[in-house]
Amino acid sequence: MKVIVPIKQVPETSNVKMDPVTGTMVREGVEPIINPLDLYAIEEGVRLKEQRDGEILALSMGPPKAMTAIKEAIAMGCDDGILLSNKAFAGADTWATSYVLSQAIKKTGEFDLILCGERATDGDTGQVGPGIAAWLDIPFSTYISKIIEVKEKSIVIERMVETGYEILEIETPCLLTVVKEINYPRLPSLRGKQRARKMENQTWGPIDVDAKPENLGLKGSPTQVVKISKPQVTRNGQLLKPRDEKEIEGAVDRLIDFLKEKEIV
Amino acid sequence: MSYKDVWILGEQEEGQVKLVSYELLKRGRALADKLGVDLAAVVLGKKIGKNGIRELIYRGADKVIIVEDPALEFFLPEPYVNTIEDLVNKYRPEIFIASATTTGRTVAPALAIKCNAGLTADCTGLDIEEETGNLIQTRPAIGGNILATIKTPNHRPQMATVRPHSNKPLESDASRTGEVIYETVDQARLKSRLKRLEFKQNEEEGGNIQDAEIIIAGGKGFKKDDNFKMVHDIAAILNGAVGATRDAVDLGWATYPHQIGLSGKTVSPKLYIAAGISGSVQHLAGIKTSETIIAINNDPEAQIFQVADFGIVGDLFEILPLFKQKLQAVKKGQETEEIQGA
Repeated sequence: MKVIVPIKQVPETSNVKMDPVTGTMVREGVEPIINPLDLYAIEEGVRLKEQRDGEILALSMGPPKAMTAIKEAIAMGCDDGILLSNKAFAGADTWATSYVLSQAIKKTGEFDLILCGERATDGDTGQVGPGIAAWLDIPFSTYISKIIEVKEKSIVIERMVETGYEILEIETPCLLTVVKEINYPRLPSLRGKQRARKMENQTWGPIDVDAKPENLGLKGSPTQVVKISKPQVTRNGQLLKPRDEKEIEGAVDRLIDFLKEKEIV
Repeated sequence: MSYKDVWILGEQEEGQVKLVSYELLKRGRALADKLGVDLAAVVLGKKIGKNGIRELIYRGADKVIIVEDPALEFFLPEPYVNTIEDLVNKYRPEIFIASATTTGRTVAPALAIKCNAGLTADCTGLDIEEETGNLIQTRPAIGGNILATIKTPNHRPQMATVRPHSNKPLESDASRTGEVIYETVDQARLKSRLKRLEFKQNEEEGGNIQDAEIIIAGGKGFKKDDNFKMVHDIAAILNGAVGATRDAVDLGWATYPHQIGLSGKTVSPKLYIAAGISGSVQHLAGIKTSETIIAINNDPEAQIFQVADFGIVGDLFEILPLFKQKLQAVKKGQETEEIQGA
C-alpha cells in the first residue's frame, strides 16, 4: 500500500506573542514544528504500513527550512520525503498550494491513499486536503476519526460530524483528512532520526512537477490578503475580587443578579 | 455572461432545512442589499420540505434553488460538488457563502478548485468594498492572534465559509415573496465513489455544544475528574451544555465533542460560563462570539477576564457550590411563582 502524507511546517502557535505596535507575530524564539494536526496523519500512515506493508511518502511545500519537517516525518516512520520549495511557490493560498501538491503527487506515480491533517494550526483553513482531491479528481472524505477496514479496492471509515459518526466506504485511490481522535502520534525513534539524518534531501521546484507558472505562488492565488490587524477581544466587563466568605456570597449574589438582567434566569 | 447575485448553500437533514441556512441568509442579505442584487439559497436533498423552502424566503431569500434526488439525501462530496458546480456554471453567482460546518468545509474547498474560484475559510466578517464591489472577508488566523482581511479581486464566484452560529437569523417575515426553482442534474454527475453505510448518533451526556444557548465549561482549574461533575450539575440547572478546554479533554474529564477552541469547536451561545479556565489564545478564539461571557478563576491576571462581561476572582471550589445552591433557589422560586400565577 502506498500512502502519501502532505504536511506543513508551522510556527509553534500555542505560545505565540504578537507585537502590540505592528500587530505582527514575533518570530524570534518561535520554533517551527510540523503542524500538530499532521502528526495524526503521519501516525495513521505508519500504522497502516505496520499492519500491511507498504511505503509512506511525506510531502511538503515551504521554505528550505521546512526540510526539517520532512526529516521529522521520516524519523516518525515515513520512508521517503520530498520538499517542494522554490521562490515561485511563495505566497500561495490554498488554491495554489493544493495545485502544486497535486502536481507533485502526479509525478510520484501510483498511490492508494493520501492522508492529511484536518487543517494547519497557522492558516486554520482545512482547504488544502479537499483541494488536492479535487485537482486529482479522486474521491475524498474529511474529519475521519477511524479507519475501520482496508479492503482490496476500498476503505471503510468513520467520519465525525456535528451530531454523530458516519460510517462510510470509499474507493481507492482516495484522500482522507483525519481528526485527532484517530490515534496517539508516536515520538520519533532514535533509529528513525538516524535514518532521517542519513537520507539525501530531495527538493523539487516548478519544473520538476510540470507546474503551470500562472498557477503558482502569490500571483497564482485567487485570494489576496490585503490587511493584517490585531483582533479586539477586550470586553471591559466588571471584575469582582471577593476577599472573604461574606464577600464571596455577595459576589455570587451579584452574579445571579447579572444573569437575571440578561434574562437567563 | 457576467457574474451576479449572492448565493448561500443551505443545509438539510431528513428534508428539514437546518438553522445554519437561515443564519447564512442574514449574512447574504446584507451583501445582496449593498450590491443591489438578488439573494438565492441553494438546497440539495432527496426531498425538501415545503415549510423549509417557504421559511428560506421569509428569512431573506429572493430565490430558492432546489435539487432533489435520492443520491443527494445525505451529504457525499462528489454528487454535491458536481451538482453545485453545474448550478454555478449555469447561473454564475458573484458570491457564494457556505457554513463552516463539516459539510460546508468539505464542499467549498473542492468546489473552489472545480470553479477556479478563491475561497476564504471561517470568516467572521463579510462586507462589500464600495469602490469595487468586491467581497471583503475578515477571518482570524494564527491561533486567533491576527485578523486577516482577504479579497478575491479577479476570480468569480468569490467564495467564503462562515462559522456556524456566529450570528442569529433574521426574523421570519411572512410578507416576503420569492421564486422557487427546481433544477435537475445529469445522473452521471450524481455518482459517488464514497458510500454511506450507517450513522451512529451521538448519545453523549451534556448536550451538543454548538446548538446550545447556554454553555458551562471547565478547565484545568477543576484539578481532578470528580470535581468536573460540578460543571454537569450547573449545566443541568441552567438547561445548558457542558464544554471543556483542551487540557480538560486531554486529562479525560470530558470527551472530544465537548472541546471548545481552535482545536475543538467554535461556539457562539447566549451565555458562556468559563470556570477554572485561564483563557489560552486558542480557547478564546473558540468563544469570542459568545453574547455574554462569565469567568470564574483564581488568577486575577488570567486572560479569560479580558473577554469576560462578568468575572469573579476566587476559588471555584468555594464559588461554584454557592452559585449552584443559589441558582437552584432562584429556579425553585420561579417554579412556585408560575404555579401560583396559574
